[in-house]
Amino acid sequence: MKRTIPLLIAIVAGFVVILSTFVPYTESWGEKGMIWFDILAVGAFVLGGGNLLKLHLEKISGQRPGWMYSVIIILSFVITLVIGLLEVGVHPNPMYPEYAWAGNYLEEGAGFWWIYQYVIYPLTSTMFAMLAFYVASAAFRAFRAKNFEATLLLVTAFIVLLGRTYAGVWLSAWIPPTMVDICDFFNIATTVEDWRTLRIDRLTEWLALDGPTKGAGRAILIGIALGVVSVSLKILLGVDRSYLGQD
Amino acid sequence: MYQFLKNLDRRWVFLLMGLAVAIPILTNLTFPEETSPMVKDIYQAIEDLPDGSRILMAYDYDPGSMGELQPMAKAFTRQCAEKNHKLYYMALWPLGEPMIDIAGARILMEEYPHYKYGEDYVNLGFKPGAEAVITVIVTDLPKLFITDQQGTSFNDIPMCRNIRNIQQMDLIVSISAGDPGTKQWVQYAGTPYDIPIVAGVTGVQATQLVAYIPDQLIGLLGAIKGAAEYEQILDDNFPHINDNPDAQEAKKRMGPQLVGHALMVALIILGNILYFVGRRRGEER
Repeated sequence: MKRTIPLLIAIVAGFVVILSTFVPYTESWGEKGMIWFDILAVGAFVLGGGNLLKLHLEKISGQRPGWMYSVIIILSFVITLVIGLLEVGVHPNPMYPEYAWAGNYLEEGAGFWWIYQYVIYPLTSTMFAMLAFYVASAAFRAFRAKNFEATLLLVTAFIVLLGRTYAGVWLSAWIPPTMVDICDFFNIATTVEDWRTLRIDRLTEWLALDGPTKGAGRAILIGIALGVVSVSLKILLGVDRSYLGQD
Repeated sequence: MYQFLKNLDRRWVFLLMGLAVAIPILTNLTFPEETSPMVKDIYQAIEDLPDGSRILMAYDYDPGSMGELQPMAKAFTRQCAEKNHKLYYMALWPLGEPMIDIAGARILMEEYPHYKYGEDYVNLGFKPGAEAVITVIVTDLPKLFITDQQGTSFNDIPMCRNIRNIQQMDLIVSISAGDPGTKQWVQYAGTPYDIPIVAGVTGVQATQLVAYIPDQLIGLLGAIKGAAEYEQILDDNFPHINDNPDAQEAKKRMGPQLVGHALMVALIILGNILYFVGRRRGEER
């Protein structure tokens, strides 16, 4: 029963959503299914919060290595939750002054805004900015032309690194728009009309946003889509039940 | 020398990278930008819409990717405001909601005072549920967005009264740092309901999304370089924007990017020289 009911819910919900895509009469069924999904997503926040508390309280009570970090996590979680739920420092919406809870929880000066502005904002920005340092160090130590594939990757990286800046334009500005005269002089047949496509910035654009990337990207996307269809069918037909867990 | 470089403490690399980024910022080093055809396509897509068109502005990013995406988010808002388009802001990321205030509402309040909240732009805020949100709002927007971010009822907002779903939008501008983001907007709104989409994404994401261009996605701005080119095309077409220092953010960041990338290239070359010298000496395989 513990596995059969969730299995049935998944199968019915999956078929309803598929049906609503192809049968106009059932469109509203799919919409309802999606709204249920949104409601469940809110429920998942509660589950996630409970799980976080359980895990870290266990770590603290067992005084396991790094338990002090768990204290910080629980304090941050509880403080943010209380300030957010109680809408500390939030003024009522001027359109509905009689409803004290109708205000914008992110309004400037409110408790939640403070947490966002002075904790989340600088911390996440710092984390992301630190990538530059680690990437530089990793490139110095690990990016080696050990074989043909690695060399190809290295050359591509050089072109893209330079082409995504003004250096790409500057270094290859000497390439003239047309080389017909030069090719004629050396008696070389040319079909290339605009040689500026060989400029580093243009090559970068072709490499990163067109040509090989686009082709490979489409192949991967189609592959993923076929994989998703196959996995979805296995779930809908009850063949794959791994998502239900072990017991 | 070889031994020193081979065993170089990585803190030296960190210091060099710190200087490579800090010096151009402090000296305000900037370079000219050339606009690429894709950026021109994006600019033209917004420009070709009749004045006062409805545009859905999806800000699906957080402070971690602000460095790359904030300048293009601001630039999109500016171009749309120049054309007097009606802007509907929303976010599928919880931390995307404040981004709307910083890179949308604040720009409109300070630089386009004729824009009135509720009549010319609205902040619908964040909704959890990722692609499920999109699949609902393509047929029924007020079913999920019952109020705007400030708590005002959807039907009490003048510019929302006649809006039933996002199929009534003339364009979707998706600024995204991952999932849910541009990919989901293309898959669940743009392609099945034929709503044109332009996007601004992080460099990492750009390569994954080019496969959708040009049929499912008109174009995309990739990372700070795309943003800088977009700022340039706005400067060229709206000279008063040129005088606004806040509208040159991406172009200013191209200075540190150039020096940082040049340092990376130098470090890779140096690393490979050490590798080949080591191999010749029999120290590396």
